[in-house]
Formats: sequence, C-alpha cells, structure tokens
Amino acid sequence: MTAIAQDLWGGIRRFLDGDIVYSFRQSKVAVIAALVTFIMISSAICAPLLSTHNPFDPTTYNLIDAEYPPFWMEDGDPRFILGTDNQGRDMLSAILYGSRVSMAVGFFSILFAMAVGIPIGLISGYVGGTLDAVLMRIADVQLSFPAILIALLIDGLARGILPGELREGLAIYVMIFAIGISHWVLFARTVRGSCMVEKNKEYVQAARIMGRHPFFIMLRHILPNIMGPVLVIATINFALAVLTEATLSFLGVGVPPTEPSLGTLIRIGNDFLFSGLWWITIFPGAVLVILTLSVNLLGDWLRDALNPKLR
Amino acid sequence: MHDATLRAPAASAVHEPVVKAEGLSRHFDVSAPWLNRVIERSPRLILKAVEDVSFAIDKGKTFSLVGESGCGKSTVARVIVGLYPPTRGRVYFEGTDLQSTHGRAEASRMRHRMQMIFQDPFASLNPRWRVRDIIAEPIRAFGLLDGKEETERRVDELLELVGLAASDGAQYPHEFSGGQRQRISIARALASQPDFLICDEPTSALDVSVQAQILNLMKELQREFGLTYLFISHNLAVVYHVSDTVGVMYLGRLVETGPAKEVFSRPQHPYTRMLLDAIPDLDMTGRERTPVAGEIGNPINPPSGCAFHPRCPFAADRCRTEIPRPITRAGGHRIACHGIEENRIPDAVPPYQPGAGSVA
Ligand SMILES: Nc1ncnc2c1ncn2[C@@H]1O[C@H](COP(=O)(O)OP(=O)(O)OP(=O)(O)O)[C@@H](O)[C@H]1O
Ligand code: SF4
Ligand SMILES: [Mg+2]
Repeated sequence: MTAIAQDLWGGIRRFLDGDIVYSFRQSKVAVIAALVTFIMISSAICAPLLSTHNPFDPTTYNLIDAEYPPFWMEDGDPRFILGTDNQGRDMLSAILYGSRVSMAVGFFSILFAMAVGIPIGLISGYVGGTLDAVLMRIADVQLSFPAILIALLIDGLARGILPGELREGLAIYVMIFAIGISHWVLFARTVRGSCMVEKNKEYVQAARIMGRHPFFIMLRHILPNIMGPVLVIATINFALAVLTEATLSFLGVGVPPTEPSLGTLIRIGNDFLFSGLWWITIFPGAVLVILTLSVNLLGDWLRDALNPKLR
Repeated sequence: MHDATLRAPAASAVHEPVVKAEGLSRHFDVSAPWLNRVIERSPRLILKAVEDVSFAIDKGKTFSLVGESGCGKSTVARVIVGLYPPTRGRVYFEGTDLQSTHGRAEASRMRHRMQMIFQDPFASLNPRWRVRDIIAEPIRAFGLLDGKEETERRVDELLELVGLAASDGAQYPHEFSGGQRQRISIARALASQPDFLICDEPTSALDVSVQAQILNLMKELQREFGLTYLFISHNLAVVYHVSDTVGVMYLGRLVETGPAKEVFSRPQHPYTRMLLDAIPDLDMTGRERTPVAGEIGNPINPPSGCAFHPRCPFAADRCRTEIPRPITRAGGHRIACHGIEENRIPDAVPPYQPGAGSVA
C-alpha cells in the first residue's frame, strides 16, 4: 500500500517538474489563478484564526449587530468589514466558514467520485469485452441525467428515509455522496480511455509476460501513468462540485442554515436583496464566482499543458 | 551439442529443441460489435494473423522470422510467449506442451525461462518506474531471490552486464537514449535467467550506429549464457548476420524455412526471392534494386490457394486453388510452393551476397 502511495506521489511529483512548471511560469493567467485559489483555500482552512467569531455558534453573535453595511459605507462598523446579516453574524466570518463548508463538500465529493470512478475505469479499460460494454452503458445512462438532478434525487431519497434529527447532522454527508455519485462517470471514462491506450504499450505486455496479476498491473503500472488527465478532471470537477453544492443549498435542499455554505449564504441573502441589504448575498456570490473561476482556469491551463498538441 | 544434452535434464531425447511450434494458428475476431452486426447485417470478420506455422529452435541457436509488415511475426512471438492463446496448434517448451492441462501448470513455473525484448524502447519501460525497479521486476514477480540486498546486488550486476553503470539504476527511463533503454530492456529480460529470448525487432527503432552495438551485445550474451533466440526483423541484412535459421512469412504462413546461409544464397520461394531482390545493394556494385512488387493481400480475406499468387510471376492455375504444402529439401530447407514442387521455377541468381555489407 505504501508502495502504491509512493508511486503515486512520485508520479505527481515528476509530472510537476520539467515542462509543466515551465509552462506554468509562462502563463500569467495560471499563476494568478493558482495564487487566488491558494489564498482562498488556505484562508478557508484557517477560518477560525481569521474570523472574529464562529458564525455557527449562536452565542458568539448578537441580534443588536444585525444588518450593518460594509464598514466603508455610512452606518458601517469597523468591527464588521463586510457588514453583518439579519442575525448579526459578521459576513466575512460567515464567508470564511461558508467557503470552508463549500470546499470540503467539493473536495470530498470529488474524492468519492475518484474512489468510485477510477477503479471502474481501470477495470473497464483493462478487461474490455462484455464487462466494459455493460459498465459503459451504465455510465451512459447516468450521464444522460444532469448531475444536479441526480443530486436532488439522492437528497430527496435521503430526506424520505432518514428521521428528522439525523437529517440535519447527515445533510453534509448526503451532499458529498450525492455530488460524488453524479461525478464518477467522468473519471471512469477518462481513466478507461487512457487505460486502453496504456494497456497496449509494451511495458504492460512485459509485466503480463512476468505473470503479474491484473490488479498489480492496473495499480502499479497503468495508474501512475494516467494521473495527469485524472488530475485535470479532478480540478475542473472540483469547481463544478462546489457549484452543484451551492445550487442545491440555494434551492434549500443542501446543507442546513445552521452550518451555512456559500450557497446557503447566497440564499439567505437573496431574501434581503430587495430590502437593500445587498452585501449579504453579493459577497458570498462573488467569492463563489472567483473561487470556481480560478479553479477552472487552473484546470484549463493544466489540460493544455498536458496536451502537447495545443502547446 | 552433447554438452547441451548433459546440462539439460529435460532433454532426454537425443535432439530436443528448446522451443517447438506445431501447426500454430492465431485468429482475431475483428467483427463490428454485436449490436452493429445485427443492425447493419455486417458479417463476422475473422482475421487470420497466423495460420499453420511450425518450426523448432535448437538450444543456443537463433531463429529469425522475416516478412513484410502485418504478416504475423509479432503475433507468432506473442502466442509463443503466452500473451495470446493459440487458436490452434501447440507450443512446446523443452518438450512440454504449454497448452495441455499439465503444461499450463508447468508453464507458470517455466515462464521465467522465457522472456521478451520489445521493439519500442520508449514504450517498453514504464516511464514512472526507476530503472532499478524495472530490472528487478522479474526477480520480484517470480520470487527468484529473497532479500532486498540480494536483489539490489543482482540488479547492479545486470546493469554492468549490459554495459551500463550500477548507479544508473536510480534514474528514470526518460533520462536514457534509445540504445541505453534497449540495454535496460535486455537487462530486465535477463533478470530471471531465461534460456529463451524473443526479440521483436529489437533494433529497428534505433539509430544505425547503435543497432550494431545492441546486436553485438545480444550475440555476446547468447554465447555467454547459451541463450536461444527467436528474432524478428524487417532488416534482412541484420537477419543474415544474426540467424542460424530463417523463416519467411507471408500473410500469416511460413512460406520458406531453412538455414540462413542456404536461404540467403539459394532462395527458393518466389516471395523470398522478391524480398531479397529488394535489399539495397550494400556493396554499391551497381546492381539494380528491384522494389517489392504489388500490395500485400488482406489477412481478413486472403487470396485463395497460395496467398502469394496475385504477386507471383510463376503463378499457375493450381496456385489459385490449392494451398501449397511444404516440401523438405536437403539440410532442412522447407518450401511451400507448387512451382518449386513441380520443378518449374529456374534457380535464381544469388541476389544477396553473404558477407556483403557491414551492418552487424
Ligand atoms: N490484437 C489484435 N487484434 C486484431 N488484429 C490484430 C491484433 N494483433 C495483430 N493483428 C493483426 O494481425 C496481423 C499481423 O499482425 P502482426 O503484428 O503480427 O504483424 P507483424 O508481422 O509483426 O507486422 P510488423 O512488421 O508491422 O510489426 C495484422 O494484420 C494485424 O492487424
Ligand atoms: S505456389 Fe504458385 S503462386 Fe505461390 S509462390 Fe509458388 S508458384 Fe507462386
Ligand atoms: Mg511486429
């Protein structure tokens, strides 16, 4: 197991040096996108250190502070840089904690999608034949449903099955499962395609002549060689997953308002938009746009950098 | 010769070839997927990549397969090494039938004694593995040595054996040239101490100057370890220099087999003659080079009778209907041709002068 991890790590590391890094330095967009992404991710991780209070904890905020505009406006309060919402929560803190929830859901749902999609893609591509045909038809069927529909379906199902008190606590896991399950097909297809190319290469034949087990060949020989495209898909789909989560939360079927994500914040703010409290919805919205945009740009750049034909 | 019999206990008979192929065939189903076949009513398509191929290779000898691209040389190699099961026919390794139930159990035990060197030195080594691990893989896969240090020592030995430095083991394949990679490939093939090596165009992807070095290394290793080779190449000059026996393939069938000297100096089959005529004149004596005439047939739907008849200047009616059976001449020279059997083809002027050129 450690050998596999080492191999994967080695693969990712070597993939990061040389040409890739050079192409990275050449691209201003990529550098800026990476910088923005890095800042957003690290500030989300460090949310407890950067925020003035924990917006999940009702004892840390007060209704008296409600509806302050951003500090640069008239009536603004320097304690609340981006203002407060209708319950007196500091918007900056809420956004920091909210993006944390959004990114966690995005990250773990992609991890889950990879955990399902990569093995299926590897087996489908390596074994081929009827098994491949069956798996890919299942993938086709799933792909014909939009991700958001599948996520809504699973979310609805979970709501029907789980008792009320469990529902709140499990909501975030249901989201991760729902979004992850609707993204595995992309990984499976990419991995399958690359695996079919790799398995005909002579180094795989050499391993077969040595009588290596197919699982060994898939994991130790093929997988490290197809991590590039997987990484591209993972990056772009991370942004998509964050958006899906935001959409679900905006529709009110996502994470509960007690643990707001960016999508939840936007929905809450939406109700106050016409009463002039624009900051409650605009700031989380802007953060969501900047985050998904920069991650997407990073993914686009990665895809081009890995595709020598476009370079 | 008796040296070999003494060392190999499996060779109880006086004369036991290391590898023997008997009536080997390999077909590929290249039909459209089932659904398309049903809807478009397209027929099943069977590609006969290899058809009824028989040969034997003695210990320490080199048997070469030649023929135009797509005639089935690599498929023969893959069937023998066990990558594809044969559609028909048998492969014997030191007298054991690898397809029999007993043979299959035996085959997994004997597999390490049969290794392969590939054509593309860039695709045959896993780019994500260190050279050290690549070379050690057969040792680990077959569990030949226990202990990390022992394996490492053996890998260092192998690297030096093929003319690389032990310190090269820490590098990745992309840090080496084509020739060096082919040396790594050879080291990996030798790691399990095989008796039989299959070399599928081991030099055709290399620069001419490097080809000779690799061929010489392979010859040295053959002498040192008594290796038996199945050698595949497009390059007839290379084949001439390395082979003891040559087999000429056309559309999946062996059309002529015999001692290399004999085949090159007195080619019988019209196809062999055509191939030899196409070799560029290495001595620059001014002899005209005749290009190989006509298109190679389609292996899905090969010409009837002798598959070579559309291109053969000696084709007769019988050639269009009846598949020629091989006849054996003196010295184990076998030819599958009606014209030769009927003695109606004149002897050829030796088209290829042994010793000409300086490729190997
Ligand atoms: N896995 C496969 N599936 C279907 N057809 C195949 C497969 N492998 C080989 N063939 C076909 O079998 C025939 C023989 O192929 P093979 O690779 O053995 O030829 P070759 O003599 O080695 O050619 P080359 O000199 O180009 O390497 C070709 O027509 C090829 O298209
Ligand atoms: S069998 Fe007939 S067609 Fe075929 S090579 Fe001989 S003479 Fe030519
Ligand atoms: Mg070939």
